[in-house]
Amino acid sequence: MRIPCTYCGNRQLDEFTYFGDATVRRPDSEAADALPAFVSYVYDRTNPTGPHRELWYHGLGCRQWLVVTRDITTHEVLGAQPARDVASRSAVSAKPAEAPAS
Amino acid sequence: MTSLRRPTGGDIDRQTTLRFTFDGTEYAGHPGDTLASALLANGVKLVGRSFKYHRPRGVLTAGSEEPNALVELRLGSAREPNTRATVVELYDGLDARSQNRWPSLKYDALAINSLAAPMLVAGFYYKTFMWPAAFWERVYEPLIRRAAGMGRAATEPDPDSYEKVSAHCDVLIVGGGPAGLSAALAAARSGARVILADEGFRLGGQSVASSAALDNGSVSDWIARAEAELHALPNNRVLKRTTVFGVYDSATYGAVERVSDHLPTRMPGHPRQRLWRIVARQTVLASGATERPIAFGNNDLPGVMLASAVKTYVDRFAVQIGQQAVVFTNNSSAASTIAALHRGGVSIAAIVDARLQPDASITASAQAAGAPLLAGAEVIDAHGGYELRAITVRSREGRYQTMNIDCDLLAVSGGWNPNLQLTTHLGGRPIWNDTIAAFVPDKLPPGILVAGGAAGRYDLTDAVADGQRAGARSAELCGLTAALPIDIDSANNYAIEPLWRVTGGKGKAFVDFQNDVTAKDIEIANREGFSAVEHLKRYTTLGMATDQGKTSGVVGMGILAEHSGRTLAETGVTVMRPPYTPVAIGALAGHHRGPDFKPKRLPPSYAWASEQGAVFVETGLWMRPQYFPKPGDKDWLDAAVREVAGVRSAVGVCDVSTLGKIDIQGADAAKFLDGVYANTFSTLPIGRARYGIMLREDGFVLDDGTTARFGPHHFVMTTTTANAARVMMHLEYCHQWLWPQLDVRMVAVSDQWAQYAVAGPRSRELLERIADPGIDLSNAAFSYMSAAEISICSGLTARLFRLSFSGELAYEIAVPARYGDDLMRRLISAGATLGVMPYGSEALGIMRIEKGHAAGAELNGTTTASDLGLGALVSTKKDCIGRVLSGRPALVAPDRPVLVGIKPDDPSERLRGGAHMVRVGTAVTAANDEGYVTSTAYSPTLGHWIGLAFLKSGRDRHGEKVMAASPIHGESVTVEVVPPVFVDPQGARLRG
Repeated sequence: MRIPCTYCGNRQLDEFTYFGDATVRRPDSEAADALPAFVSYVYDRTNPTGPHRELWYHGLGCRQWLVVTRDITTHEVLGAQPARDVASRSAVSAKPAEAPAS
Repeated sequence: MTSLRRPTGGDIDRQTTLRFTFDGTEYAGHPGDTLASALLANGVKLVGRSFKYHRPRGVLTAGSEEPNALVELRLGSAREPNTRATVVELYDGLDARSQNRWPSLKYDALAINSLAAPMLVAGFYYKTFMWPAAFWERVYEPLIRRAAGMGRAATEPDPDSYEKVSAHCDVLIVGGGPAGLSAALAAARSGARVILADEGFRLGGQSVASSAALDNGSVSDWIARAEAELHALPNNRVLKRTTVFGVYDSATYGAVERVSDHLPTRMPGHPRQRLWRIVARQTVLASGATERPIAFGNNDLPGVMLASAVKTYVDRFAVQIGQQAVVFTNNSSAASTIAALHRGGVSIAAIVDARLQPDASITASAQAAGAPLLAGAEVIDAHGGYELRAITVRSREGRYQTMNIDCDLLAVSGGWNPNLQLTTHLGGRPIWNDTIAAFVPDKLPPGILVAGGAAGRYDLTDAVADGQRAGARSAELCGLTAALPIDIDSANNYAIEPLWRVTGGKGKAFVDFQNDVTAKDIEIANREGFSAVEHLKRYTTLGMATDQGKTSGVVGMGILAEHSGRTLAETGVTVMRPPYTPVAIGALAGHHRGPDFKPKRLPPSYAWASEQGAVFVETGLWMRPQYFPKPGDKDWLDAAVREVAGVRSAVGVCDVSTLGKIDIQGADAAKFLDGVYANTFSTLPIGRARYGIMLREDGFVLDDGTTARFGPHHFVMTTTTANAARVMMHLEYCHQWLWPQLDVRMVAVSDQWAQYAVAGPRSRELLERIADPGIDLSNAAFSYMSAAEISICSGLTARLFRLSFSGELAYEIAVPARYGDDLMRRLISAGATLGVMPYGSEALGIMRIEKGHAAGAELNGTTTASDLGLGALVSTKKDCIGRVLSGRPALVAPDRPVLVGIKPDDPSERLRGGAHMVRVGTAVTAANDEGYVTSTAYSPTLGHWIGLAFLKSGRDRHGEKVMAASPIHGESVTVEVVPPVFVDPQGARLRG
């Protein structure tokens, strides 16, 4: 499999590390339901088929985290975006990824 | 030995003679021969014994699909079993041996298995060797393995070398026959970067040395021209002896090139085989087609051969393949075999065509050869002992009497299967085509086009036209402009009426020759309910041999379809997986074996430590000094005890460069560290270091280490050696995915800094000797946990940290890695009069256990900060990774196993890591288990063994006696539970 790193271009699978589901976001740790929300965030996963968004780390390349859209059934890689961009955009709409308080 | 080589013709070099041996007998052949063709030219028909019944077998095919002629090549450590004689290129001195026979090929004691045949039918493993279960390992399996054998693998390490390479191209062409060459030319002419791979040592596929007409000449002339033009065009690469064996995701292909297998001795500097990883924008699959046999009685006798193989041995290898031949076919392709036999001067006793109305090409070739044509007839039995002597032919509609015909060669054609394996590796399933009675590719993997025989277009002109179209189209898909393909009239007149098996024969009718699966086995399997193709395959082992059923698979499916009353379209085929043909494990490993399996990382003081005679230990990829032996040491412990004593009484130096080091900078660096560490770093003053503990999001400990602050926005983090890469990945994750708004940057600098621990009561004195004038290292100026940049050795800037892993007054000093070797030598020479002692990982480990510091065995992924006695570090004033889930009820339960120290009740007893603890007086059972021992050491400071352990409610049990039981050592030791810090619990020494 090859992954189109947005910084390095199309690169071989062995340069990357798979991490997991990019559709779940870290919950608000101050919320009243933080404990069940974190349990769900860490452990609960669906078993989807077809296109899926997942996190990959280009550890043997530019060290960039990517959100890769991949068809789970065919392994076809449909695209990749820098995780940083995805996170920055969705931080407004979805539950905010809580930055540590200063 | 009579030579059966015809005086002229063929693609062999008669000027050169190659000597080779088979089962100890010497023979001669020529360059251009395969082992199979050379044996046939020497009149050797019997080449092996079959897998289960030990039946005599001869050469069936002329290609990589060969199920019978499997031999062992070379000797000793280079011995290679199960090589197909039909693809082994002959070389001078080749030494081959037949397999699966004892004492000799001709007199095989286990041929008696044939008598036990009723027991060996489909599913016999499951039916016969039922019980008792214990017999499997000791009796059944060794018995079966001896009787039903393949070749013997070498028992010594492989002496050959292999290599792996990657290649990228616009168009990959799989197969160098007429379709593949035509595709390669079309693509290369348009400027595409082309790789053409062919498994043979001559381009042309089954048309090598063929006299068939093509393009106003012979096809062999056309092949020569095509090869020459390919050589002349830029940007393309022709890989002969290279099998593309697998299709992988994202248009990646695996191929193995047999670089030296055809040479008597390996060329220096060249590997035996080379593994190619080819990334192709487009691929043309032009892998041709494989002829299939027909099942009839004794159809495995030496002398029964596929019709196309007969043609190849006559035309390409100029072998006088028989005296009197019969051709048995159900399709038109055998016409070319009839013509070849006629040209080759073989008398044709009969042409047996199963069809009532043979097509025009068969009738014409029969007429030209002057051979009697028996239409609507079938061969029901072959006769002979070790070789074919005669056959029995029957009219399918009773038009004439069943008759025997003498012959020493029977050329069989049951039709053709497109070699579509590569189209199925990503999950595609072929579909049945009634017109050519074969499965053809259906949905293709992305980027693949199929041309010629692989697409079911068998005719030569069709294949060439098809290849040209596919090559041009592939170039266009790569964005190039291809010349319009020339329109070639389709000449497809392939005609076939399916015939899978002939019933009524007396002998066994084989379908899978390599695994000895008969038509009857398939019938039995179907009757017993194994009528799904994948069930049939596993029950009978049909197609499970190293040939993957290339000749047998579809025949077996045809017979199954007949018995189960389904069409072949309904029956389907089994899944075909990589590799297309067997690939040596050595080729897949490449250079990555033995000491080169993984890279070695050498710490900066490695050269110096080697000179001292240090013994090294692998820590991950690092080679760390384990201890520094001296004359008179009994064992490693003597050295480690001396090193510990040296540190605790004077001063020691240890290379700790292997710790992960990450430089973190940015306006939000402190905020970032507060998020990743359980404890707080934003309050850390500049010039100070702090021990930190990092959690995973699930609440368990990820790693620990110290982080020092060198400026308001500048921190240097250390990680454990083992987790360096993982922590870096984790930090990047937190920054890029969780908190992208934070202004922070980080870089791994583990390799950039040499870092040495200088530990012991005289460590300050030693450092003062190398520090430049004016540097104040007094306790007041540079107290415990201080960090600063200082100048040493006349102007070299170093980072100095006052940290202690040993529990003594201690420092870590870091310099750019290029000065690491010098600094170690300087520390040792400057400290000579202080009694400086280099120490290794053993002494380091002993001292950290004496101080109760957690290391890898304690940070094992199942322990929390609280388990480690570090619960107070987890700040409740801020969020951090893992904070919420570390508060889960089960992780804060009062009876969790927590870190304690243990010491033996009897000081002379030793402790064992991995021992489990039970209350005194209870049985050593899982139910009574109260915890486990993670680290043990002999403490030279205390004079007895000590250990670290996780014990249920352990902090409340100091002073209690428990049993530490290690059943694998047969030991059970009474130990006392104590606090985990054994030496200087108040920490007076390290603050001194």
